[in-house]
Amino acid sequence: MKAFAALYTALDETTKTSVKVEALAGYFRAVPPEDAVWALHFLIGRRIKRLIETRKLSDWAMAQAGVPEWIFAECYAAVGDLAETIALLLPPPVTCSARPLREWVEERLLPLRQWPDDKQRESLLAAWNEMDERQRFVWNKLITGAFRVGVSQSLVARALAQVSGLSAEVIAHRLMGDWRPEASFYAQLIAQDTGDAAVSQPYPFFLAHPMEGEPEGLGDPTQWVAEWKWDGIRCQVIRRQWQTFVWSRGEELVTDRFPELASLGAFLPEGTAIDGEILPWNGNAPLPFALLQRRIGRKLLGPKILAEVPVVLQSYDLLEWGGEDVREWPLEKRRAQLAELVTALAPTGRILLSEPVPFESWESLTELRRQSRARGVEGFMLKRAGSPYRVGRKRGDWWKWKIEPWSVDCVLTYAQPGHGRRAGLMTDYTFGVWSNGELVTFAKAYSGLTNEEIARVDAWIRRNTLEKFGPVRRVKPELVFELAFEGIQLSPRHKSGVAVRFPRIARWREDKPASEADTLDTLRALSSN
Amino acid sequence: MPLLQVDSDGLWCEAGGFHIDPWNPVPKALLTHGHSDHARPGSHAYLAGDPSRGVLRLRLGPEAHIETLPYGAPLTLGATRVSFHPAGHVLGSAQIRVECRGEVWVVSGDYKLSPDPTCQPFEPVRCHTFITESTFGLPIYRWDPAPQVFDSINAWWRSNREQGLCSVLFAYPLGKSQRLLAGLDPAIGPLFCHGAMEKMNAVYREAGVPLPETAFTGEPVRGKSWSGAMVIAPPSAQGSSWMRRFGPVSTAMASGWMRIRGRRRHRPMDRGFVLSDHADWPELQQAIHETGAETILVTHGYREPMVRWLTGLGKQARSLETRFDAEDAE
Repeated sequence: MKAFAALYTALDETTKTSVKVEALAGYFRAVPPEDAVWALHFLIGRRIKRLIETRKLSDWAMAQAGVPEWIFAECYAAVGDLAETIALLLPPPVTCSARPLREWVEERLLPLRQWPDDKQRESLLAAWNEMDERQRFVWNKLITGAFRVGVSQSLVARALAQVSGLSAEVIAHRLMGDWRPEASFYAQLIAQDTGDAAVSQPYPFFLAHPMEGEPEGLGDPTQWVAEWKWDGIRCQVIRRQWQTFVWSRGEELVTDRFPELASLGAFLPEGTAIDGEILPWNGNAPLPFALLQRRIGRKLLGPKILAEVPVVLQSYDLLEWGGEDVREWPLEKRRAQLAELVTALAPTGRILLSEPVPFESWESLTELRRQSRARGVEGFMLKRAGSPYRVGRKRGDWWKWKIEPWSVDCVLTYAQPGHGRRAGLMTDYTFGVWSNGELVTFAKAYSGLTNEEIARVDAWIRRNTLEKFGPVRRVKPELVFELAFEGIQLSPRHKSGVAVRFPRIARWREDKPASEADTLDTLRALSSN
Repeated sequence: MPLLQVDSDGLWCEAGGFHIDPWNPVPKALLTHGHSDHARPGSHAYLAGDPSRGVLRLRLGPEAHIETLPYGAPLTLGATRVSFHPAGHVLGSAQIRVECRGEVWVVSGDYKLSPDPTCQPFEPVRCHTFITESTFGLPIYRWDPAPQVFDSINAWWRSNREQGLCSVLFAYPLGKSQRLLAGLDPAIGPLFCHGAMEKMNAVYREAGVPLPETAFTGEPVRGKSWSGAMVIAPPSAQGSSWMRRFGPVSTAMASGWMRIRGRRRHRPMDRGFVLSDHADWPELQQAIHETGAETILVTHGYREPMVRWLTGLGKQARSLETRFDAEDAE
């Protein structure tokens, strides 16, 4: 546990990926396989379900720290994290344990759930008494099932690649599926047998640049292919050696998150790689992205959610064909081959072709772009005719031409301290718009201001609080912010009668008095567009 | 009428005819210490503790009328007797004791109890009413002993040196920077300071506080290597173009707020060291207890929780609204 807590601290203290990989590799080299495999389990985000109710955890911590509930609540508001609040409040430890991670997890953590209250309490207090603050924090995070650290699966794979001498793709592949945190699995994971090497390996994604200015700047419109810009998850679907791999843009293997695409793979010819977008699809049109998000949030994909939010592959490029890398083929040739493939696969109902949108002139395309919202897309992608499929974010051949977000000016009405890195600062804001001379709450937003602005708004809130309800403060309705958002829908569940998607602060309108903020009618008018 | 009360300009003493740490210009200002939320320019005359003379001269300018008293020496002002007593916060920081017809009030200013080689240690002063700060007035705020913190800062510096990085440590120019200098190990590498610190360092050295040798960072020089060096800079320098001259750096901040993970991560910094010139929760409790005061008035920071806590202990406690904003001072 000591070594794991030290690793956590090292990962937490840096934003540099190279340093993180070094720390991970150092840890894996130093600990025995039975510890390494548990560390791996937690690091890649596999969780143990919460073992003790937070209520009990808090009660025992308060008793141990000798603080009343109200001050515990004040501390929690200042820290913004329960596990950390408890770690900071507990009296200093009596000893510092050198028990290995496996022992802590298997003998002290996992059995907690079936123990009776008094045994849970006794074991927990004993544990806290032999851990320093860092260990306690990590331990509490494991208990509450909220352990998170800033490393991606691919970073962990890179570190294990360094330790084992294998490639990171092989490690990522071996980490797929359902494995148990046992020493034998770890041994297989870093074993030298590389029969599976490179089978799963995706191609680096070609990423578009945002358009600057008007499309006229791109020159002759006949030299460009336009496609709708889909609002889904970019992915590559790969079929090699009788296996299917779905890679997300973050280069994580997500095959088991999308069984629809895994089964599509069986119909793909050997040696195929398709670039496309995972879209929630109702049979004719895309479903709102929010539904896909809901599905991604599920750890278990039950039949209900699969039926409610089915996905398709909206394909737009072909990277490998017949086992050959075809990225140098001109765009038209790749698309023609892809179109043929998609037609053959149409009966599966799992794959579509992102059709080119014909247009005569930039003006007519600009006109078409106005339909974006109604079609549930984000605007256009413009691809240069004859271009190859490039690597990374190269300028010149692919442009994304997104529609502008909606925005309204609204008034800050309530504020409360943020969580995580914004703990202790007033960063969770509630906004209202005018309706019959009153401010009606219509959205909350947490992001969009610079650190310097956050500090100024925080200081202003502290000086202009009218009322406090626990950590929430009602403030003088004075500050005006421009709120940008992606979508708006009528919603009987919201007080204002409208719900907006992905609201964030576009800017602080220091030039505007509260009286000039927008009204609920303006918002309603937007939603009827 | 209470001996001290808040008026539109600051803490006002009617019986003595003076303000303490006023936020607006006044005829007579008694100052607890030189931080900008306590020592503001424009007043007609200032009175403070002896060792803060140089600090206040630098902060308030050559024209300001500043008089000082040795710690503990009483002076009669109107119907009151006032004296200054060490607060252990920064060089020259003082608690101000005000006595009138047998009633004693003490204004703490900012203070800490833990040892600091750059200023005189806090001295408990018995009183009836104690006006205390409460910047870190929650039990989550507990400081590790300073030597332990300096060990980890020096270890960070050493490790940066081995990787060829320049270490940049952000800290408030008055007090925290000098405390850091006194605790850093100059054998590790050369020490540099931002201009704001160098001026203050000179004042400290003049006052007889031993500090290791430092150099002004100066104008950017092409080709100069900063590898292995330690640079102390004000927090405002973070992310500015001023930083570019140092090449590859590792950055850190030293402040009591670094105790909270979210606060450490709020700024894009590599490390956060928990080192404060304010009292932590146990120190606040100890200091308040040792005054023997029946009435406690709590100013900036976590006022409400502290008032509620003290009330629970059977003390008379109230919140006092001032415009001291210690958050900036950290």
